[in-house]
Amino acid sequence: MSFPWAQQYTPTNGLMRYFDEKLPLPRLVHNAVGAGYPVPRNLNYMWNFGVLAGFCLVLQIVTGVILAMHYAANAEVAFATTEHIMRDVNYGWLMRYAHANGASFFFLVIYLHIFRGFFYSSYKAPREMIWLLGVVIFLLLMATAFMGYVLPWGQMSFWGAKVITGLFGAIPIVGEPIQIWLLGGFAPDNAALNRFFSLHFLLPFVTAGVIILHIWALHIPGSSNPTGVEIKTESDTVPFHPYYTAKDGFGLGIFLILYFSMVFFLPNYLGHADNYIEANPLSTPAHIVPEWYFWPFYAILRAFTADFFFIPAKLMGVLAMFSAILIWFILPWLDKSPVRSGHYRPLFRIFFWIFVVDMLALFWLGGAEAKEPYVMFSQIATAYYFLHFLVIIPIVSMVEKPKPLPYSITEAVLGSDKKAVLGENASPAT
Amino acid sequence: MIRLFAIAGGLFFAVAALWSFMTGAYVAATEGLGEETAEHAFHKLPKDLNLASDGVFGKWDVNQLQRGYQVYKEVCSACHSMKFVALRNLSDLGYNEDEVKAEAANWTVPGIDPNTGEATTRPGLPTDYFPSPYPNNVAAAAANNNAIPPDLSLITKARHNGPAYVYSLLTGYQAQPAKLLEEFPDSKTPDGLHYNPYFPNLNLAMARPLNPDQVSYADGTKATVDQMSQDVSAFLTWTAEPTLVKRKQTGLPVLGFLLFATILAFFAKKQVWAAVKPKPSVTPAKRKD
Repeated sequence: MSFPWAQQYTPTNGLMRYFDEKLPLPRLVHNAVGAGYPVPRNLNYMWNFGVLAGFCLVLQIVTGVILAMHYAANAEVAFATTEHIMRDVNYGWLMRYAHANGASFFFLVIYLHIFRGFFYSSYKAPREMIWLLGVVIFLLLMATAFMGYVLPWGQMSFWGAKVITGLFGAIPIVGEPIQIWLLGGFAPDNAALNRFFSLHFLLPFVTAGVIILHIWALHIPGSSNPTGVEIKTESDTVPFHPYYTAKDGFGLGIFLILYFSMVFFLPNYLGHADNYIEANPLSTPAHIVPEWYFWPFYAILRAFTADFFFIPAKLMGVLAMFSAILIWFILPWLDKSPVRSGHYRPLFRIFFWIFVVDMLALFWLGGAEAKEPYVMFSQIATAYYFLHFLVIIPIVSMVEKPKPLPYSITEAVLGSDKKAVLGENASPAT
Repeated sequence: MIRLFAIAGGLFFAVAALWSFMTGAYVAATEGLGEETAEHAFHKLPKDLNLASDGVFGKWDVNQLQRGYQVYKEVCSACHSMKFVALRNLSDLGYNEDEVKAEAANWTVPGIDPNTGEATTRPGLPTDYFPSPYPNNVAAAAANNNAIPPDLSLITKARHNGPAYVYSLLTGYQAQPAKLLEEFPDSKTPDGLHYNPYFPNLNLAMARPLNPDQVSYADGTKATVDQMSQDVSAFLTWTAEPTLVKRKQTGLPVLGFLLFATILAFFAKKQVWAAVKPKPSVTPAKRKD
């Protein structure tokens, strides 16, 4: 679907007319991210992160494909080929640092994109499908990033793989056979490294496919906006190009400055020193931690230290960790408030910011050592995480009295929407 | 209906987490938060170390790298391998082609006798990698009281704040403080280990490797323990990342360009949006948030 006032694609010369007849690819691009896509005129910079996430995926695929040309997925030489890339391959160090930090920035951008969705309730009808596909993309990214971290075959690669695949061992009865099947052995070794490499190469392209569905689904209702009021007339929108290409271009510039500052001047800051030690199954690191972007969920995993009735603590942790993301799938049906934007939801807004603090606490606690008092803090933060989504959001959406919404996006931006008011009331505006 | 299930599920997870919390709090209340350990109380963070390669404009101090290389060659290499560094890489240290060849020939590397095919040794070539002092890990462990000396190629990246850590460790050997033994009588350094507060568990298998004037520097620098430790830390910073200075030198123009491009992008955005932004003559709506 598109809006009736959407600019139509008109080929300007014979070649493009010929092309348009045979394979209307320029028309597709024009309608998807060009002048043919009307977008609300009031998007703020929180709407920049979808484009940035797409940019990160391309960046990861380009650097990743180049790295794969020089890397060997064999437990005997994986660590050495990583060093070969760093030392002998022309600009190999740049490719590897760009890829490793690219993963971190990808997650940074994705987390901001998701939290934009939480605040503005971007998951609500008619955009549930976009949200569901987004959660699928997030899960794919987590799987891809986890397997990618195993490839350099350092100490954290090995022990991270052992801990995470060990989670499946917590499932009663079938857990252990599943763990052995996933790893192709009793512990991570060559078989695991090979399949992780294969899947690490495959999943980004699967993700790209789901992203196409995500954007397709977005183009049915069109983009949401900070007021949460749907588009009514042409004056509510501007064409994506040049307005949002220009705005996103500036955002991309800021993003690249931050990203390349890390790549060139602090490339190992977000990594762990232990991963520069070759994997050694006989020597367990003192403090096994995943990469920072997994910390909230790692904190939830480790928060369950006591058996809960007949459920062992470890199984409880695994259930909670997976549920922490899976509950996002039912979020559109938990939040029944007819108002989307947090700006017009006084009660929801307070709980949103409490939840942001809770999530930041989980980030901190997931990276902290597993000892008191951190464990006790993470237990409270974990309890609040589940209460927020499953108890607070449904109840708030039932009891809250939202503030009045503007009549239209145009009114929200300009203070009045004379034309629209005229149409509505059929009387001259004051 | 779905919300009733959700609320039940949310309470289930929250109660389970709080159950763990209460169990932990009960243990903490009755047994305390765990005893203080000697490792925790007496471990020290690395001392400050300033190297020429630090900072945004960092550059290699080639003379220092050469001195550090001399320390590695004459002291460290007796026990520590450096397998990811090639002899050809020495050209980064300011040696010319002939000097690299001559330096490489000082190292003895494993070879094959061309007549009999038997394993033998030969002088190193620039294409060889630094040879390991032991044929395998078993030999390394056997010669060192069961502690395998770590490979030094990446040591400054494989430890937190690596260059300062190496420097502090090399200069940190000392007698065990009397206070430590008073507070933790069981923590006496075992025989065959050596007390060093910069090592995570305080007791290190490596004996004090550097003594004053252990090497005689060609450039006349006085070989104090502190000087040699700084030099070898600088050298190991280079072995861990020979591309470090090139990385920084590439980064500066990249960031300069991006800054310029972003400023242009900002003005482009302003110009594009100028027509759409509310004009000052129109009173903007009071934000309803």
